[in-house]
Amino acid sequence: MDTQTTMQTLSLAPWLVATPMIGALVLLVAGRRTDRWGHWLGVLASAATFVVGLVMLLDMLGTPADQRVGTHTVGTWIDAGALHVDLGFQVDPLSMTFVMLVTFVGTLIHVYSVAYMDHDVDRRRFFGYLNLFVAAMLLLVLADSYLLLFVGWEGVGLASFLLIGFWDGKRENAVAGKKAFVMNRVGDMGLIVAMMLLLATFGSLSFGTVLPAAGEGATAAGQGVMTAIGLMLLLAACGKSAQLPLQAWLGDAMAGPTPVSALIHAATMVTAGVYLLVRSGPILEAAPDAQLVVTIVGALTLLFGAVVGTAKDDIKKALAASTMSQIGYMMLAAGLGPIGYAFAIFHLLTHGFFKAGLFLGAGSVMHAMGDDVNMRRFGGLARLLPVTAITMGLGWLAILGVPPFSGFWSKDKIIEAAFVGEGWRPWVFGLAALLGAGITAYYMSRLFFMTFAGRRRWRPDEGSGDDGAPVRHPHEAPRLMTWPMIILAAGSVFLGGILALGDRFVTWLEPVTGHAEHHEPVLPVWLLMTLTLVLVVLGAFLAFRQYAVAAVPVEPPPALAVVRAARVDLYQDAVNESLVMRPGQYLTRALVYSDRTAVDGGWLGLAGGIGRLGARLRRMQNGYVRSYAATMLGGLGVVGLVVWVLAS
Amino acid sequence: MEITHYLGLAAILFAIGAATVLLRRNAIVVFMGVELMLNATNLAFVTFARIHGDVTGQVLAFFVMVVAAAEVVVGLAIIITIFRSRRSASVDDVNLLHS
Repeated sequence: MDTQTTMQTLSLAPWLVATPMIGALVLLVAGRRTDRWGHWLGVLASAATFVVGLVMLLDMLGTPADQRVGTHTVGTWIDAGALHVDLGFQVDPLSMTFVMLVTFVGTLIHVYSVAYMDHDVDRRRFFGYLNLFVAAMLLLVLADSYLLLFVGWEGVGLASFLLIGFWDGKRENAVAGKKAFVMNRVGDMGLIVAMMLLLATFGSLSFGTVLPAAGEGATAAGQGVMTAIGLMLLLAACGKSAQLPLQAWLGDAMAGPTPVSALIHAATMVTAGVYLLVRSGPILEAAPDAQLVVTIVGALTLLFGAVVGTAKDDIKKALAASTMSQIGYMMLAAGLGPIGYAFAIFHLLTHGFFKAGLFLGAGSVMHAMGDDVNMRRFGGLARLLPVTAITMGLGWLAILGVPPFSGFWSKDKIIEAAFVGEGWRPWVFGLAALLGAGITAYYMSRLFFMTFAGRRRWRPDEGSGDDGAPVRHPHEAPRLMTWPMIILAAGSVFLGGILALGDRFVTWLEPVTGHAEHHEPVLPVWLLMTLTLVLVVLGAFLAFRQYAVAAVPVEPPPALAVVRAARVDLYQDAVNESLVMRPGQYLTRALVYSDRTAVDGGWLGLAGGIGRLGARLRRMQNGYVRSYAATMLGGLGVVGLVVWVLAS
Repeated sequence: MEITHYLGLAAILFAIGAATVLLRRNAIVVFMGVELMLNATNLAFVTFARIHGDVTGQVLAFFVMVVAAAEVVVGLAIIITIFRSRRSASVDDVNLLHS
């Protein structure tokens, strides 16, 4: 059953989820039998999904804009009293944007993984999980109700757990997977509570019913309920998208193989939170307080991630901090209301390309350097890894927001939108976004220069150089790895400009996000653009002087307190441990103790008492007829006494 | 002589019978105690029948005599069987069921 649209290919939507799911099932169920060709099946499943998505996208582009929002209902999923949920797929410009990002970037990462995981005996299982990840993410973005979205949401959590802990032979990796899973569960609780509140307020969980009614819901159910729903959705988004205060899992998630990091950071997983908030836009607009909190969380996280990024020596962890910061930009934009939604998604799209490219590049560097991730032991790799250096360089320029690369078109718009408004908000959020851009330029340039420029801090063979340096034989990655990087680099260069021309992307999303009135920022646009560029150039120049011109010490030098704090993720683990983990442990210990003493003690004591009483009574069974007779006589006496007392 | 004195006699006889059952070890003597208690009850029955002018008590006394006669037959048979196997008529030796 299709509604509201003239699109021909709507009924293909279930295949977008089914195709990678079939791939995952075959690879995981058939097991070792598929070891020899399993990875190619994984690539095929992902690529086929991309083709299906492309067909639907072309069909949607050929449909008039007001006909582009449709749902395809497969059937009834749950029908239990007041709760009725259809198994339906939401096909509109927003979900198609995600479908294209997930399948295109996902397929490139699949191809890259074929070579990257070449020597791993469990490569087939890895591809099974990758397909599962893609399938879960597509279900998440295509669901037409919160409940079906939740299924994909949990599927993404499961797949990330399996992939982060993929090399679970090492304890840290397994612990990192568990940490990601547990922190995500906290966010999931938010989504569950939000769904309960939505069902109680609107009597439905489907987007088609809830979202149009959100405005009236505020008047009917009261502002408090809408704010609670908004905050719970934010909690959910914080868990998946690694925003404060649930950000701590992202850095540890680097324990997974590098293609997984690329997939988590670019196409799937962390983008889910932004999707949820943009999709739930009308609910947030009905709850301005929650919206403000979304913006604050975004602004704080973008600065938090940026500060952490400046001090990390692990190339993957530096990139992870950068993702946190960039997702912070998206959350900030999503909290700004209709003027921000399109830019949040736009930045998500461009970020998906350049961040995937950067991660795949980092994987290529690790591949060349014997799986070392310490950037203090890199340096001077540009001539030895030309393709990696150029593709990562383009991604670097894109994330810096240098015109005309992709990041410029999306990030500048977010900064501009952050400066729109009245009172203190534009100044606080705008300046945070502006400052974040400067720090981003510094830490990304630091990463780039430490890796590719400067002097070598490793040795090509035993005989040469200083003796402490490790011996490395860097070589460019095979073509299966470089081609995905080249394609992503091309996306990082051109995608933003192409989609930004004539506000094409904003117009494309309008059927979902609504038309936003144009507002003037509190500062003129040309001034903002200049300020951003000045800060970016300043940040990059500082990094250039410190890490390309000056020698990089191979040991982290003693530093200011703030740098030491940033090196340990601004004490995020210490905070979590002292605020949540230890009190939780004390609570469980206290509960176990009270269970043992009060509950168990009470009942065991009662049972013991009855047992002892029984032992006492058993002694009366002495085998002497006389004593039995005496008991009978005594009983008779008691009966007589009772009768006498009752009669008188 | 008051009719209630028969009740007192019945109580005394019952008490003597009960004391015999509880205190003596010889099975035959214990048995005699039981008989004494039964007859004390019979006396009480007959007395009450007289007090209330109702023959039900006397009828019951006959029943008790019949049952007592049957009981004596069975009981003596058991005592003799036990004596044959254990060479003792003491009730304290009959404790095989007590572990």
